[in-house]
Amino acid sequence: MAVVNITVNDQKISAQMGQTIYQAAAAAGIDIPVLCHHPALPPEGACRVCLVEIDKVRNLQPACTYPVTEGMVVHTASTKVMEARKFALELIISDHPLDCMTCEATGDCRLQDLAYAYGVKGTEFEGGRQHHYAIDDPNPFIQVDRNKCILCRRCVRACNYVNGVEAISVVYRGFNAKIAFGADSTMEDSPCEFCGSCVEVCPVAALWPKMSVGKGRPYQTRQVETVCSYCGVGCKLILHVKGNEIVRVSGADGAANHGFTCVKGRFGYDYVNHTDRLTKPLVRRYLLEGKPKAHAAETAHALSLPGNGHTPDPDMEWVETSWDQALGLVAQKWVATKQTHGRDAFAALCSARCTNEENFLAAKLTRQLMETHSVDHCARL
Amino acid sequence: MTNTFDDIAGYAKCLFIIGSNTTEQHPVFGMQLRQAVKQRGIPLIVADPRRIPITQYATIHLRHKPGTDTALLNGLMNVLVTEDLYDHDFVANRTEGFDDLKAKLVEYTPERVAEICGVKADDIRRAARLMAANKPTALMYAMGITQHTSGHGNVMSCANLQMLLGNLGVPGGGVNPLRGQSNVQGACDMGGLPNVYSGYQNVALEASHKKFEGAWGVVPPEDKPGLTVVEMMNAAIAGKVTAMYVFGENPMLSDPDLNHVRHALESLDFLVVQDLFMTETAQLADVVLPGASFAEKDGTFTNSERRVQLLRPALHPLGDTLPDWQIIAKLGQQLIAAGVLGERTEAIQAAPHGAWDYRNSAQIMEEIATLTPSYGGVHHWRLEAGKGLQWPCPNDEHPGTPILHIGKFTRGLGKLTPVDFLPPVELPDDEYPLLLTTGRVLYHYHTGSLTRRAQGLAAIYPEGLIEMHPEDAARLNLANGEIVEVTSRRGQVNVKADVTEKIQPGVVFMTFHFAESAANLLTNSAYDPIAKIPEFKACAVKVTKLPAGACENC
Ligand code: SF4
Ligand code: SF4
Ligand code: FES
Repeated sequence: MAVVNITVNDQKISAQMGQTIYQAAAAAGIDIPVLCHHPALPPEGACRVCLVEIDKVRNLQPACTYPVTEGMVVHTASTKVMEARKFALELIISDHPLDCMTCEATGDCRLQDLAYAYGVKGTEFEGGRQHHYAIDDPNPFIQVDRNKCILCRRCVRACNYVNGVEAISVVYRGFNAKIAFGADSTMEDSPCEFCGSCVEVCPVAALWPKMSVGKGRPYQTRQVETVCSYCGVGCKLILHVKGNEIVRVSGADGAANHGFTCVKGRFGYDYVNHTDRLTKPLVRRYLLEGKPKAHAAETAHALSLPGNGHTPDPDMEWVETSWDQALGLVAQKWVATKQTHGRDAFAALCSARCTNEENFLAAKLTRQLMETHSVDHCARL
Repeated sequence: MTNTFDDIAGYAKCLFIIGSNTTEQHPVFGMQLRQAVKQRGIPLIVADPRRIPITQYATIHLRHKPGTDTALLNGLMNVLVTEDLYDHDFVANRTEGFDDLKAKLVEYTPERVAEICGVKADDIRRAARLMAANKPTALMYAMGITQHTSGHGNVMSCANLQMLLGNLGVPGGGVNPLRGQSNVQGACDMGGLPNVYSGYQNVALEASHKKFEGAWGVVPPEDKPGLTVVEMMNAAIAGKVTAMYVFGENPMLSDPDLNHVRHALESLDFLVVQDLFMTETAQLADVVLPGASFAEKDGTFTNSERRVQLLRPALHPLGDTLPDWQIIAKLGQQLIAAGVLGERTEAIQAAPHGAWDYRNSAQIMEEIATLTPSYGGVHHWRLEAGKGLQWPCPNDEHPGTPILHIGKFTRGLGKLTPVDFLPPVELPDDEYPLLLTTGRVLYHYHTGSLTRRAQGLAAIYPEGLIEMHPEDAARLNLANGEIVEVTSRRGQVNVKADVTEKIQPGVVFMTFHFAESAANLLTNSAYDPIAKIPEFKACAVKVTKLPAGACENC
């Protein structure tokens, strides 16, 4: 690609033809603030926070949309630039709730960061009006607070250019402009698939995961990068953890997903700490008492609703045990199986949801210790 | 997959999706495909019996009857050959068996295929021409191809098509099976299959036998494969398998013909289940071991792109639960202590990898790397930063392999194999007049043991449904939301009707996420003789309307 030489704040940098000033500066490690722009989305030029001064160009120009040209000289921090940015921010903030104290996004808010950096306090403009939208949309995943929306259209672009279902748009004009789902309906009545890409890119708390409300500020959580447990795409996720609980999931920059997820990856995590989780080894009483197993007719009915898993037969009652006791018992039983019925009386099913290491060990146990090749899993299912 | 998500999304000139509901089952990749169509304007051909969401973006939707994939693929290839649209260079230089294939394809004229599949002959011609004109085409498939008694043939047909088109070994092409679960790929890679050790080292080969015997001290003496899932179940009923160990699986919902599975598991003397929840399978167990969730352990998953990626523990295991690798390792130690190998214990003590005293999962990966050529360069320390490693990755300097079969196939020349169309073993008849096909929905996963315990997902999609075409519904005088009884030769369930044109007349669709309306009570466990994959995607059922309030569970 053709190289374009430009100067930014007296520093000579070589940019690529077709880059914007923002992209070229970012690549050279020069910081230009952005608000409506998101690196994963096409630029929009809506907020004017990224304004820069360009020699021989009359007006200040948004760096996020303005393309570089050979010999261009750019100033990103002149007084004129700083004042224009401050004004742009004041305008946005004049119609913003300023309830940072209790706002979910505090500590993770682009607007708050910029207001802080530019010393912008709440300014009432002459004749300025404030919105009073009812918070919410009746869906289980995403809270919508239009009072906080700055109409940056990041969510609109994420829905168009990341997901593609085009569920979000900005409707009406001027003071009445607002984001809308489908034909200005609820999210569930729109083509929305709840991938949460809009939440991922929203710079403020206008779109927020419902499950995370009140669960902790970003600086109170630990962030751990791992891999989604669901499908075979293998999206990388960031688990936000407080105490011993996942309070939020966001997309990490994995090779497969580039920072985005689907509904299961982002919002399907709460099974992890579900009260139904088994927490101790369970052994049928007959085993602990050394009795023989009562067969089929008396055992539990598996295809039943939760809570119906126990049988009236006291011998079949579940008893919680220690690991040593449970594993010792299993080992004894398997050894007895092998001795009495031969190697091929044992079979194992390993798991398409467990790790490589675990599956390797299960296959090793089956082959090396139980001495059979009867190990399979549900790849076929 | 032979290729990677990025190269398909970025470089394919045409997309062909067959038997994959991509935007619902592999949503993030589905989004990338949707973007490729929208932003780059490339044509998309979808072959699916249902009007799945991605068909909205399709240039051509081939809505064939379930179980007729091989006929359809043969039809497409017939057009490529008769109209001389195939890649002569690729066929001449990189494949063998063209004449045999060509001879077979003669039988599959678009007109005959149209009749078998219920699609228009002209659509078959258009689709074939579109693929020939826009190279490379990336072919994606999933369980819609494999879960048939003809699954193995279907897979070979996909490869035949891509070889005829010369679309292998190039960015934006390939034969790309999408894996349904986070680590299906890895579970296969690790030797969780009855016929291979890790890295697909065939148990029947003297060399693999020697290698693993040397490494572990003891391996099964015989060179014949063990039992597959379906065979295990049959052997349990026959009293030949008496003890089973099942971890992280719920065959009591996921396997075909559940009444048969239940009978099998109940016939066992001793069943050990290791899982997060008291699943339908765990309820039949004698011992249940509490495993840890993905957020509570480390280790690796291998995605559909063959990309090995690192999991990191975010939480302490809940209560007394343990990461599954620790449970299995402890079981190994206990088995040895209980004398499972008798005098041969010495053999494993003397072997370099015979022991079970693993300190962490990274150490297990070291053993995997040593014994598995395609994982030879995979270590946790290499996965800490960067984008993971795509196997084959034979050594520590190797960067991994994003695209397979560049320049040459593993076996040398690619084999073009003639495949005949075989209909599903059970077809509708007077008694069971509808064809049931099964699948999943966006909001749920597999047997639902996880997603039904995720509040939001359970709220947005609370119950199972049966999709039925308005014509069929009218015959039953059935309205949307009414309850029906669905019966096959193997079982019966009650479920709510979703009357929709998504499905074609004569076919009904159900998911297997919901125990209350478990589709797998109905499905057929007849399986492909080679791949041994059961025919989940086609069986015959009858549907009757139930009077309101007749079913207490729904
Ligand atoms: S909801 Fe968020 S992302 Fe969307 S326009 Fe408003 S502030 Fe921007
Ligand atoms: S986030 Fe969605 S697409 Fe990604 S791995 Fe998880 S389930 Fe698959
Ligand atoms: S960031 Fe450039 S105009 Fe908003």
